Amino acid sequence: MTATNIPKLNRAQIAARVARDIPEGAYVNLGIGIPTLVGDYLPKDRDILLHSENGILGMGPKPKAEDVDWDLINAGKEPVTLLAGGAFFHHADSFGMMRGGHLDICVLGAFQVSITGDLANWSTGEPDAIPAVGGAMDLAVGAKAVYIMMEHLTKKGESKLVEKCTYPLTAVGCVKRVYTDLAVIDITKTGPCVLEIVAGLPFEELQRLTGVTLIDGR
Amino acid sequence: MINKIVDSVAAACTGIADGATILMGGFGGSGQPHELIDGLIAGSARDLTIVCNNAGNGETGIAALLKTGRVRKILCSFPRQADSHVFDGLYRSGKLELELVPQGNLAERIRAAGAGIGAFFTPTGFGTELAKGKETRMINGRQYVLEYPIHADVALVKAERADRWGNLVYRKAGRNFGPVMATAAKLTIAQVFDLVTLGELDPELVVTPGIYVKRVVRVDRQSERGRKAA
Repeated sequence: MTATNIPKLNRAQIAARVARDIPEGAYVNLGIGIPTLVGDYLPKDRDILLHSENGILGMGPKPKAEDVDWDLINAGKEPVTLLAGGAFFHHADSFGMMRGGHLDICVLGAFQVSITGDLANWSTGEPDAIPAVGGAMDLAVGAKAVYIMMEHLTKKGESKLVEKCTYPLTAVGCVKRVYTDLAVIDITKTGPCVLEIVAGLPFEELQRLTGVTLIDGR
Repeated sequence: MINKIVDSVAAACTGIADGATILMGGFGGSGQPHELIDGLIAGSARDLTIVCNNAGNGETGIAALLKTGRVRKILCSFPRQADSHVFDGLYRSGKLELELVPQGNLAERIRAAGAGIGAFFTPTGFGTELAKGKETRMINGRQYVLEYPIHADVALVKAERADRWGNLVYRKAGRNFGPVMATAAKLTIAQVFDLVTLGELDPELVVTPGIYVKRVVRVDRQSERGRKAA
């Protein structure tokens, strides 16, 4: 199997897969970038409350153009809406909510995840890069479950699930589950445990692409 | 009679000294006190340290202040934006010192200053570059980093409505850093769109009690609409 003919999910399909695992009643933070897509696929029959770090609980979908309000934006600074029953609060409360373990799930992107659940998602460590960390470190240590949504391989074909992160860390041992375009993998004490593989990709091939030793938990 | 209302942005911004540390509310443009920042630019204070979540967008607000070259240091969590070119240029040329702070630590360090906390242990940042050289401690099996408060000389805050005692209410997610920053400075200055008489703000809903606020100035809502259209 060559890199071009590996069956893989697109970003929307990964988002839909993550959304299926978010239970009724969950308080959830979706990180900026790709994780935001998960919001479009949350089951309509479940009451799921989205938290936005800038001080919103009960965040709703994008508004119509005529309803855009620049005091009602998400963490990515895009206009959003507020559901009936939603609430506003200040930044210290918002991050207290995270750090205090009140959020059930956060979904974040990643450059790398290690087999012990270390997360690298805020900096590539390039000397000339403009740094920015935002709420990534707070979310990673604070949410009860940290789910990562990422492509399995870099553009060069290197596994993003690694023995040890080479990029600067966001947090140590925080990741619970990784959703990639190839598989769903739990980070466990005995190692990364594969729960699902995309249709058409044998476990052995996933193992070969991944580099670190995987447990077949299917 | 306590009357914290001043009649111009210039009057609101008087007495900001060289070398001051200034907290500035806002998450991106939302809650950013543009008029007060313009007032600061119109003044002469230099060698400033500013504390804010982002390091400015485009050429206005915080970006315009940075462009004057009167800011020595910035503490912030997320300077990189699609249009943060003013910050990017100053940072890359070494003309602006940056202390990058995780967003929740930024908020909590400001809160700690306002609440008289000497320092606190937080799990955020443990084991990362941003905690390098900082004291750590294992508490109940979990690792924490010691963080110190951020005290300021001045806080510039944007709220929606105020009375002459300085009680403030905010608007939607524009509230963001305002209420914590208001507590942590010797001189808290609020810009608002509406001034109301005492008793008109529902006391159950006051977000920032006036004890934290020294000056209030009303600004025109039209200017905001113009800015957003631009």
